[in-house]
Amino acid sequence: MRVLKALIAVVALILVALVVAQVPGGQSLLGIVLPYLAFAIFLGGFIYKVVEWARSPVPFRIPTTCGQENSLPWIKQNKLDCPSTKAGVVGRMALEILLFRSLFRNTRASIHDGPKLAYGSNKWLWLFALLFHYSFLVIVLRHMRLFTDPVASFILPLEFIDGFLEVGATTIYQSSFILLAAVTFLFLRRLVRPYLRYISLPADYFPLLLIFAIGLSGILMRHVFRTDVVTVKELAVGLATFSPSINGEIGVIFFVHIFLVSVLMAYFPFSKLMHLGGIFMSPTRNMANNNRMVHHVNPWNDPKIKPHTYAAYEDEFREFMVDAGLPVEKELPAAAPEEKVPAAEETTDK
Amino acid sequence: MADTKAAEMKLKVVREPSLMTGAVPTHNWWDVEAIFKPGNYCYPAKKSIAEYHGKNLPGLFGEPRDWEVESDDWKLPENWKEIIINGIKERLDKFRSLRIFMDCCVRCGACADKCHFFLGTGDPKNMPVLRAELFRSVYRNDFTLAGKILGEIAGARPMTFKVLKEWFMYFYQCTECRRCSVFCPYGIDTAEVTMMGRELLHLVGVNTNWILEPAANSNRTGNHLGLQPHTFKENAEFLLDDIEEATGVRLQNLNFNRKGAEVLFVIPSADVFADPGIFTFMGYILLFEHIGLDYTISTYSSEGGNFGLFTNNQLMKKLNGKMYAEAKRLGVKWILGGECGHMWRVVHQYMGTMNGPPDFLETPRSPITGTVFENAASTKMVHISEFTADLIKNNRLKIDKSRNDHRVVTYHDSCNTARGMGLMEEPRYILNSVCNNYYEMPENTIREKTFCCGSGTGLNTGEIMDLRMRAGLPRANAVKYVAERHGVNMLSCVCAIDRATLLTLNTYWNPEVAVCGVSELVGNALIMEGEKKRETDLRAEPLAGMEG
Amino acid sequence: MYGSGRVIPSLIVFVGLMTFAIWYNAGKAQQLPDPEKPAEYEECVRDTQFMRKSHMVLLHEWRDDILRKSGQRTGVTASGLRYDRSLQKGCMNCHDDRKKFCDECHDYAAVTPDCWGCHLEPTKEAR
Repeated sequence: MRVLKALIAVVALILVALVVAQVPGGQSLLGIVLPYLAFAIFLGGFIYKVVEWARSPVPFRIPTTCGQENSLPWIKQNKLDCPSTKAGVVGRMALEILLFRSLFRNTRASIHDGPKLAYGSNKWLWLFALLFHYSFLVIVLRHMRLFTDPVASFILPLEFIDGFLEVGATTIYQSSFILLAAVTFLFLRRLVRPYLRYISLPADYFPLLLIFAIGLSGILMRHVFRTDVVTVKELAVGLATFSPSINGEIGVIFFVHIFLVSVLMAYFPFSKLMHLGGIFMSPTRNMANNNRMVHHVNPWNDPKIKPHTYAAYEDEFREFMVDAGLPVEKELPAAAPEEKVPAAEETTDK
Repeated sequence: MADTKAAEMKLKVVREPSLMTGAVPTHNWWDVEAIFKPGNYCYPAKKSIAEYHGKNLPGLFGEPRDWEVESDDWKLPENWKEIIINGIKERLDKFRSLRIFMDCCVRCGACADKCHFFLGTGDPKNMPVLRAELFRSVYRNDFTLAGKILGEIAGARPMTFKVLKEWFMYFYQCTECRRCSVFCPYGIDTAEVTMMGRELLHLVGVNTNWILEPAANSNRTGNHLGLQPHTFKENAEFLLDDIEEATGVRLQNLNFNRKGAEVLFVIPSADVFADPGIFTFMGYILLFEHIGLDYTISTYSSEGGNFGLFTNNQLMKKLNGKMYAEAKRLGVKWILGGECGHMWRVVHQYMGTMNGPPDFLETPRSPITGTVFENAASTKMVHISEFTADLIKNNRLKIDKSRNDHRVVTYHDSCNTARGMGLMEEPRYILNSVCNNYYEMPENTIREKTFCCGSGTGLNTGEIMDLRMRAGLPRANAVKYVAERHGVNMLSCVCAIDRATLLTLNTYWNPEVAVCGVSELVGNALIMEGEKKRETDLRAEPLAGMEG
Repeated sequence: MYGSGRVIPSLIVFVGLMTFAIWYNAGKAQQLPDPEKPAEYEECVRDTQFMRKSHMVLLHEWRDDILRKSGQRTGVTASGLRYDRSLQKGCMNCHDDRKKFCDECHDYAAVTPDCWGCHLEPTKEAR
């Protein structure tokens, strides 16, 4: 069971944090050493990966054209799904990155007696993926209240909007619960839909379960067990100013939370989560469809690869060409050559 | 091959247990072996053909030999795994697309039911995501930290003969149509993965004859059938008689290899010898005669369709190189391209890069309308649909639409012109200008969401007929929809492979629907100078009202 | 590297965003909150750690208990002192300066409790 492997891994991580948080020095390890290490791995790994990608050229201009090309002036070009300019590409990428344009096209096919194929609208994945990513973003941003002193100015409006329901002693943030709901959806669909269960690897379940555990531990920390936020912020700002210290009591739940976040950061660059960077560099999306308009250079284009020459072609078929009245470069020699039709394997280009 | 009868197949595709029909696979996909049996694989290349390519492009086509696909001994070189792994390394370093597509897939499954091969077969490994995982699993094993440390848990597996067999099976059940890429949130293009997979297979001499032999023919004779120049010319000229019969006009302008012509016209060679492509060819030359275009056709570069695209980028470049070479030799000003899908994928996305820029040519300008095709300013090659649409828009054609009244027409976007070029409105504009009865197929099956004919990328071979009919089902089903609803009886397209494969496909699934090129309908509708009273179309079939 | 003109600036922006907190705080000494404690009292209604973590829960309990269930208006501390279960009359009896006590931590942690939407901040004179 692939999902079990992922579940065991996440449970094990939680147990590790629970235990380590209670041994001497364990809190410093979980709260200071590992976050630094994980953040360094995250940044370093991310840069390494992007540079690794960038070291490979894009030899050909291969945008997937999803609309009308730029051709005659009176034909309306689809400038966003088939851009031919930089601005158009920026627009296409913005739609892709901010609104998941391609996923919005999603349909669900079914086959019926007849046979009859039907393609139904299917926007759930798009909706929950969007909810997931945006709530994740909001959560990361509002965590900056714990890392900035004085609190950065964008936080307060964000906090206000995210907590506008004003429910609970510690105000509930919608984003936390939307995130959990979206992760749950993304997880369950992998389990429930047979074809998704079939293609899912432990590496697909693991990040979902890990993020679920992170979200849940955060919610528990805020609403159930609670912890002294001032001490937590002192540590967080300390981390950001390279003078971290733990002065006071912080609940174990916090160390579970921060440990899981550290794991996520360290795991990030070596996993499919790198789609965060990859989407910006996907050649089928980030290139203008101006292939015939602007010359594109392939750095490893091999000039030694030449077509089978016309001369060789005419040499082989001159007699027939002359007979058929086709123009030739060189006339036939006076003496008739041998009647021979060479087979493919007998003539090569080298 | 014993082809399953359509009636039987109709039940099979719906009832047979498969992932498409609701059955749940019981084994992990990597535990399911690819088993070759007659009908599910293409025949390997003849030794002599492999030798021919190997001599032209040393090292890229493996060791020429005779081998059996169904055998467990493919007579691979001793170090074949090393060749594959080194080949992957080389390609990772050459293609950013491969790196990104290997690393970024999240297996969201959006692509799964977008593939015509999956829809028709229900075989899980025909979901684009799994097709790519066949490659990705090996990539992870040898090129990623997680794969090296965690192995199978990270979804990694070493390259084995079992994997190689899967590659051969499933990279030849993909037509590189890019439909999955339209739906992928990261634009992952299985065509790229399949191309890389096929390049690697060629390195160890695993190949199919139906691709390599036409490629060899194209290289040597200029057309994939291997017609020699005089035969090619005769075939084309033979069509002049048919035109004369239908229109009463003897065309004067058809010519070959003529230096100093303004335009070099490159077609998919099938249009000269294969039904129904020949009618498309008649349409081209009627059009050129109608407007008095100064053009020539080259017998040396008479194959626009590029079988190299189905093998590796080197052979693609080599075959494509003829177009510019010939344009230079003949001293033309620009190149006009006929109706061909893969040819246009290559022309639009590869040609300028591989063999250009062609500084000896001029930015294409229609000598009739004066329109400058700025969108071809670098590559200097214009699509016949762009060219014709411009003529119609400028009222330069005398058209009698009613001559296509016996046709109820729909349009099949070929994968390559739709998703590798963006040619969508031009053919539709032309069709609406030359036909009175035009209907679109359902929205999810046209334009960028068009379904492949099921037999592209060199899979148009008889030994896998059942597979092709399954893969073509989504397209055929959409045709059936408009045939039943609107009485559509003509499926038009701008692709030579389509003209061959859709014909077979319709014969199987929709026998009442014929197939034609867009230019054929143009040719039908053109009022030629000095023509006789028209009673039949170019196919010698009676026009509407002339049936008696 | 290919396309370094785009890749390198993008990476710099990415690293800049990711390390936002580091350069935002750079050069600023951390201003830890220092809530002013009442001079005349030693103990609160519950122990300090509980109050740091959960005072808001206590306030909600009082509110719900008194307003919705007509519960006791006074409570007794562990050491036997009686107090009003009330923000204005209880808490602020000792912690009599919102700015110097409540806001110290709330501002530090960007917490905006909705107490003052209804309650009036009692002035020293009023008491």
